[in-house]
Amino acid sequence: MTTDTSPANAVNQAAFTRAMMDASITTPQGLRDSQNRPAGRRFNVYRNNVAVSLTDALLQAFPVVTKLLSEENMKGLAGIFLRAHPPQSPLMMFYGAEFPDFIAQMEQLSHLGYLADVARLEQHMRRAYHAADATPIDPDALGSIAPEDLMQTRVSFTPAMQVIRSPWPIFDIWRFNMEQDAPKPQAGAQDVLITRPEFDPTPQLLPVGGAAWITALTGGKTIGEAFEVANQDADNFDLSTTLALLLQGNTLTALHRKD
Amino acid sequence: MSNTAKTFAVAGAVAAAMTATLTGSASAQSKEKCYGVSLAGQNDCAAGPGTTCAGTSTVDYQGNAWTLVDAGSCASIELPALADGSERNGSLEALERDLPA
Repeated sequence: MTTDTSPANAVNQAAFTRAMMDASITTPQGLRDSQNRPAGRRFNVYRNNVAVSLTDALLQAFPVVTKLLSEENMKGLAGIFLRAHPPQSPLMMFYGAEFPDFIAQMEQLSHLGYLADVARLEQHMRRAYHAADATPIDPDALGSIAPEDLMQTRVSFTPAMQVIRSPWPIFDIWRFNMEQDAPKPQAGAQDVLITRPEFDPTPQLLPVGGAAWITALTGGKTIGEAFEVANQDADNFDLSTTLALLLQGNTLTALHRKD
Repeated sequence: MSNTAKTFAVAGAVAAAMTATLTGSASAQSKEKCYGVSLAGQNDCAAGPGTTCAGTSTVDYQGNAWTLVDAGSCASIELPALADGSERNGSLEALERDLPA
């Protein structure tokens, strides 16, 4: 990147960015209005707009975290986050990717152990929403493979599919805050599968072992190998429910049979 | 578990999953985007920040705002007639009518 050092643009980009994120820093030197006066008040308005718009983006992106913390606390947290993690890309739809890890490291929030994983779930919902389209396979294609060949088959998934594992009941917490009449969360680990069968992503609770099976498949293992991994992960791995969720979610895009 | 037993376990689970999928759950009902049928502020979209989206329509039946409806039902949704008495229908493509001033 080149920095324009001509007198008219004497403001250094790095100094400008620093001042933007820190209200205790005065207006960057050289910033002038059309009358060639220091543009301090204008800069303050701009600085405030940046912080407010990023705060709004975080509140919209993490509605459940906002509900859990209250809007007031979430705004305070967003204010700290946006200064520590200014956007790396102009695409606002992806802003906040570091927010779950940021929450996990906040000592003041350590009593809410589940909060970071709930944020992770919300971030993955957005990722699913904006993922590229892919054409799903016809479920019948699975049935036409002989059982022995099926064990050697590898599969590909749509980019919209997401899996989140958590020691907390994140699916119940999400549902309790987003859906009417949802049951109260019960303590316990929950793994969530996000699918996008049509236009909007949907989170679904995975049976035990399901996340291990899918993760093994996305890592390139065959259906048979992944079955072993899942059975080591959980004693009563439920393959048919896991697979039904994947098929109903239009997540499978290709079957790769052994040559 | 022997290899044969595993193969049967997997094949059985696949068959069960396919049956569950083909008999179809409620979520399998397919949807389509329907323009010009939603009330002000009630249009769909769940994209989050950085997009112009859900709940942003400002007039009833706004022509360029959509709502997800059951596939095949968009054009037959009953709507009040336009001010000049002509019929108002939903559309699978964005419409020029009922745009905010």
